[in-house]
Amino acid sequence: MRILKDRLAKRTMLVLTAVPTFLVLLILIGLFIRARPILAQKPFFSLFFSSAWSPLKGDFGLLPFIMGTLWVTFVSLVLAVPISLLTAVYLSEYAPLSVREFTKPIIDLLAGLPSVIYGVWGVLLVVPLVGRVIAPLFGVTSSGYTILAGGIVLAIMIFPTIISVSLEVFSSIPYPMREASLSLGATKWETVHHVVLKKGLQGIIAAIVLGLSRAFGETMAVLMVVGNIPRLPGSVFDGGYPLPALIANNYGEMMSVPLYDAALMLAAAVLLLVVLFFNVLARLILVRVERRAA
Amino acid sequence: METRTHISVQDLSVYFDELRVLTDISIDIPDHKITVIIGPSGCGKTTLLKSLNRLLDPLDGVRVGGRVLVDGIDIYDPRTEVTEVRKKMGLLSQRPQVLPMSIYDNVAYGPRIHNHIDKKRLGEIVEHYLHMAGLWEEVKDRLGEPASRLSVGQQQRLCLARGLAVGPEIILGDEPTSALDPQSSQNVERRLIELKEEYTVIVVTHILRQAKRIADYIAFLYLGELVEHGPAAEVFANPKNPRTRAYLTGEIS
Repeated sequence: MRILKDRLAKRTMLVLTAVPTFLVLLILIGLFIRARPILAQKPFFSLFFSSAWSPLKGDFGLLPFIMGTLWVTFVSLVLAVPISLLTAVYLSEYAPLSVREFTKPIIDLLAGLPSVIYGVWGVLLVVPLVGRVIAPLFGVTSSGYTILAGGIVLAIMIFPTIISVSLEVFSSIPYPMREASLSLGATKWETVHHVVLKKGLQGIIAAIVLGLSRAFGETMAVLMVVGNIPRLPGSVFDGGYPLPALIANNYGEMMSVPLYDAALMLAAAVLLLVVLFFNVLARLILVRVERRAA
Repeated sequence: METRTHISVQDLSVYFDELRVLTDISIDIPDHKITVIIGPSGCGKTTLLKSLNRLLDPLDGVRVGGRVLVDGIDIYDPRTEVTEVRKKMGLLSQRPQVLPMSIYDNVAYGPRIHNHIDKKRLGEIVEHYLHMAGLWEEVKDRLGEPASRLSVGQQQRLCLARGLAVGPEIILGDEPTSALDPQSSQNVERRLIELKEEYTVIVVTHILRQAKRIADYIAFLYLGELVEHGPAAEVFANPKNPRTRAYLTGEIS
């Protein structure tokens, strides 16, 4: 009887573990099934590599949206990674205990704010800032509803993730290892550079990937500031239309347009694939770094 | 002017917040000898050792009073460059702390950050100090491997080589054999005895037998006070203070 119970428990847990694993697959399959009508009718090329998006005429080129997603994410990473890493280094290595204790909860709180708040804040502050200050600085006229605005808002949203994960990573590095470097006459910065950042590299990559995943999928805040223009962006001062915004804005509307529903499903599937692709890429990088550091 | 030793501690007190960890320590550490700091756990041995190369600085809430003179310079004087002080001392910690890089780069770390030297010369330096630490034969074919792949005993000798490569005058050991097996411990002890010809060695230990094996000079700390210090033979044979006697006979620990 005891053995039976044990086996039962083991099986149950196995099933429970398997569910989330298969869920990703199931979602992907589900999306593709719903997207099949459009995949069957339109040539592959016209869906993924065409920038013509006019559902009423039957053009469903997803390229502007894919590029919109990549641009916004890229801009946000360029802004967020250096700033959050330096913040994390400061908090973990330089800041007095009192500053660290005071700052950490605030950063964690930032991670938990509803994204709509970031969106509103972006519309109130970031959009005018980009439109009236930053764009003129580069000699561009812009409404402010741009890829750059989306990138800035997104960067602020992923700061807390990268900062708190990096902080965890840095605090896992034993203090005596820093002492070893210091005792050799290294300065604090040399110690941070050669020991802390080097030892923490894997963790830092993981932190960035977590930020990246959030950036790809973030919908609401970006949608509010990015302009939502279905055109291939030419610079960060153009408006863009990332995939999540496309889906959120249009799902449930204009469903009478033929194939529209299928096109949105395809967009969702593409988004999922992009996220998966970057996750796998990050894993591969991690494995390589690990092997080198082992 | 009287001849000073390399390290002279004068009225050193250390506080962690309100707690006084070391009280008015004064001692001249004899040059080219092995000075062993003994005492029960928590008596401030490690704190004393770390105060000698200002490794207490980065900790929050630490205050240091008194003076530590290294070659006549007060290391706690704000004008003193802390990296220069630390360069004069190599540190062996309780657990060997190899840096996250190759065996070669570990030894080359100090020379690289302190002076720009060409590759060939650097290679010679690395080989020289690995020889001195008695590690060269074991690692000469695998210098590019991560240092973390070495055994713990080898890692500790690597740390020794790394410390020596900076060109110090003083070697500090904070229970340097406590994580090692008996054979590796013996190996490290032997190195230290060899090295006292050229260096001044200060070792913290709570192993009395080890102190007897390697010490020329003994400093006994108890509850943050320097109870007694003197040549090892004298202190062991004929301790003057009753507390030292009690510690040596195992009555207090």
